[in-house]
Amino acid sequence: MGKRKVATTAEIDALGARTVKLGDKEIALFRLTDGEVLALENRCPHKGGKLSEGMVCGGTVHCPLHDWRIDLRTGSALEPDEGCTGVYGVEVDPASGAVYLLEE
Amino acid sequence: MTQKKKLVMVGNGMAGVRTIEHLLKLAPGAYEITVFGAEPHPNYNRILLSSVLAGGADLKDIVLNDWDWYEENGIRLFAGHAVEKIDTKNRVVISHKGTAVKYDALILATGSNPFMLPLPGADKEGVIAFRDIQDCETMMETSRSYRKAVVIGGGLLGLEAARGLLHLGMDVNVVHIHPYLMERQLDETASRMLQRELEAQGMKFLLQKHSESIYGRKRVKGLRFTDGTDVEADLIVMAVGIRPNVALAQASGIETNRGIVVNDYMETNIDSVYAVGECAEHRGIAYGLVAPLYEQGAVLAKRLAGVETAGYAGSVTSTKLKVSGVDVFSAGAYEGPPGTRSLRYQDEVEGVYKKIVIRGDRLAGAVLFGDTGDGAKLFSLIKSGESIQGREKELLLGFSPSGGAVSPESRLEAMAGDEIVCGCNGVSKDAILDAIHNKGCGTVGAIKACTKASGSCGGCKPQVEGLLKLYGGENAGAPVKEGICGCTSLDRDEIVAEIKRMELRSVREVMHVLGWSQPEGCSKCRPALNYYLGMLWPEEYQDEKESRFTNERYHANIQKDGTYSVVPRIYGGVTNPAELKKIAETAEKFGVPLVKITGGQRIDLLGVKKEDLPKMWEELGMPSGYAYGKALRTVKTCVGNTFCRFGTQDSIAMGIRLEKEFERLNTPAKVKLAVSGCPRNCAEATIKDFGVVAIDGGWELHVGGNGGVHVRATDLLCVVKTEDEVVEWAGAFLQYYRENAQWNERTSVWIERVGLDSVRKALEKPEERKALYGRIRVALSRSADPWEQIIRNPELRKNFETLNAAVPAQG
Repeated sequence: MGKRKVATTAEIDALGARTVKLGDKEIALFRLTDGEVLALENRCPHKGGKLSEGMVCGGTVHCPLHDWRIDLRTGSALEPDEGCTGVYGVEVDPASGAVYLLEE
Repeated sequence: MTQKKKLVMVGNGMAGVRTIEHLLKLAPGAYEITVFGAEPHPNYNRILLSSVLAGGADLKDIVLNDWDWYEENGIRLFAGHAVEKIDTKNRVVISHKGTAVKYDALILATGSNPFMLPLPGADKEGVIAFRDIQDCETMMETSRSYRKAVVIGGGLLGLEAARGLLHLGMDVNVVHIHPYLMERQLDETASRMLQRELEAQGMKFLLQKHSESIYGRKRVKGLRFTDGTDVEADLIVMAVGIRPNVALAQASGIETNRGIVVNDYMETNIDSVYAVGECAEHRGIAYGLVAPLYEQGAVLAKRLAGVETAGYAGSVTSTKLKVSGVDVFSAGAYEGPPGTRSLRYQDEVEGVYKKIVIRGDRLAGAVLFGDTGDGAKLFSLIKSGESIQGREKELLLGFSPSGGAVSPESRLEAMAGDEIVCGCNGVSKDAILDAIHNKGCGTVGAIKACTKASGSCGGCKPQVEGLLKLYGGENAGAPVKEGICGCTSLDRDEIVAEIKRMELRSVREVMHVLGWSQPEGCSKCRPALNYYLGMLWPEEYQDEKESRFTNERYHANIQKDGTYSVVPRIYGGVTNPAELKKIAETAEKFGVPLVKITGGQRIDLLGVKKEDLPKMWEELGMPSGYAYGKALRTVKTCVGNTFCRFGTQDSIAMGIRLEKEFERLNTPAKVKLAVSGCPRNCAEATIKDFGVVAIDGGWELHVGGNGGVHVRATDLLCVVKTEDEVVEWAGAFLQYYRENAQWNERTSVWIERVGLDSVRKALEKPEERKALYGRIRVALSRSADPWEQIIRNPELRKNFETLNAAVPAQG
């Protein structure tokens, strides 16, 4: 398992998101109110909307296209919608604020 | 782990793919599935090909399962592969490109081929069928350079082709062998009514004509009939019928007759080989309508999933369709054969015809023309075979002759639960009610997604809408008080009053103090609170961009593919060569794929990548047009007395002044203005939120118009004399709207809710008007061009860029 540095926490606004390309995948990094950073594949399971552009409310993000709610921890759509997008492990170095994406 | 069984399907059409969809639901992961399709497309809705021709749909709109669907379900699709050989002994299929795939179970869903009349000359260029996307493309192509089209076949398919060709601007003759059209679905009376309607649309008919030969050199020139007459043609479409496609099955030693012979479980005579759809012949019948084919698919899917099922017992079919805008329905013994009696109702004024056919005391058939609302009910009575004694007249007329007329609502209410609403997908009234009551479906779209009702031909959409209206209301539960969203039970006015009373200053604080159930709210309440706070505390509130929608956060309109559009402000729709050059150069520099003139007299640059947005704004050097926001959008103007000989005032200058005065204004919902220079109203000011119409010596001020989903003409607010008064009234009106409307409520809806009188009253006193105008100036004084801000502020600008990943390190 490897990890790569993709950002620092200062680069991601609270309740905001940034994107990073990894191979052919685009990954969205979200920062919650408490500073936690979570990462999802940047693709809504519904119509492929860019989740990074959505509104972050607590631990979910609303897809900007049709307002599906996606759980930032599990990648699953909240009811009544069904679907799931990829989840990535994230590690934050509390000292430097470096954000690492974990790769299997 | 046990080896997955290999399922191969030959054919990628509606019936076959429906079977696979069923199977995936019943037994996910049980099979490794491979599909061969001869056409280079994913599964599309063949029924809607005629809509594509008629201009109602785009080719991509009729795709039922897109490429992603195959991928997501792990289905290997060989599109553009025709299967040439089935080796039933070694259980292998081989395509014409040499691809060989082994199977444990094989579904033949090869559909049917159009029947081509073997006329001399039928091989000439310009002679085609009407069956697939390619045929549609040929028709569209031909219509560009040729004029005369002839359709052979006056059945449903032929008329749909003819309608499409007519729409494409061609001159269309329909040739039919019978004395009247659609004799397989309609009796003569209904058929004549249909013919009259189609003739009025421009279609021409050559009835009782037997085609003899097609003449011309390389390309077709015309069609000759056995009676010696002929008709000129640049294009001949044969739509005389379809034949089950059995060639492959036949060559592979599978029993065929007219179709591939199957038993009640869709099994052929060869072990593990099944057939479904138009290619299959069950108890002597090969069906051509989608509903029976879906029924077959359901049986086969259960069989393959190992789920207990009763066999397929054949279908009684009904036809409900729209021919060129006319609703037609028929079922059962619609012609009224010997041994039956009929009741008829014919209304040539409204263009309605109804006939029911009775055998003994039972309903045996029906034809409906013009009004097909009773179709589903009649059809279920035909199928159930119950006695209709004493109800005959009521069934015919839709109401009992003694009582009043039956409304569509009571018709839906009276509908039995097991009555089929969506014939294409076999969805009953009960299934739709279940979706409404138990699955939270509150829109036709949701019901469609949940049950598939109205998902194929769309003919039942009015009934689905009716059911939703009738039964969806209970869903909300009347006595429960509704808040602005699921997070609170407080409504807009209560929230605004509390914010004022307790002087709450941030979204977070409001949610916390007022006891939100979700601590961080949702996409409904957060933007609303952000708006109310900004409206109440214009001088100190710091707008929260994280509580704004994508469009307002990135100051551009997000498109469905994740790109954005850029609309610079063009005051009053007036531009100049230098500005146009700048826009053109910017569009070229950034390879903007689409440049469009908007309805609001501006220029839209579409398909821009997010990271290019700030660079483009910089290049343009123009202010944001706010085309994405709940804000002042455009002020549309006509030329006015500057050039127009009818103009009474300078509408351009008035419009530009209003736009400069109120640009960047945040409002509960988008706001559009317009100024017309005379009562001819070329700027369409009377469907705007605030519309100004010049009259001789003054200005009419109109409010609350809307040209969107629910079109509403404005109400006249008042007439004023000077331009300064126009500006003051506009400002006062907009501020009153800002202070009183719900977030996301357009002026049209708001005025209907509060009444024009209350608005008039609030604005009539000069001192109150001045106070309102003063407050809007304060709000405006705090605004700045957002594009400019983003360009200059790296903290804001970073959000438009992608992060760079470092080389991986070992952890």
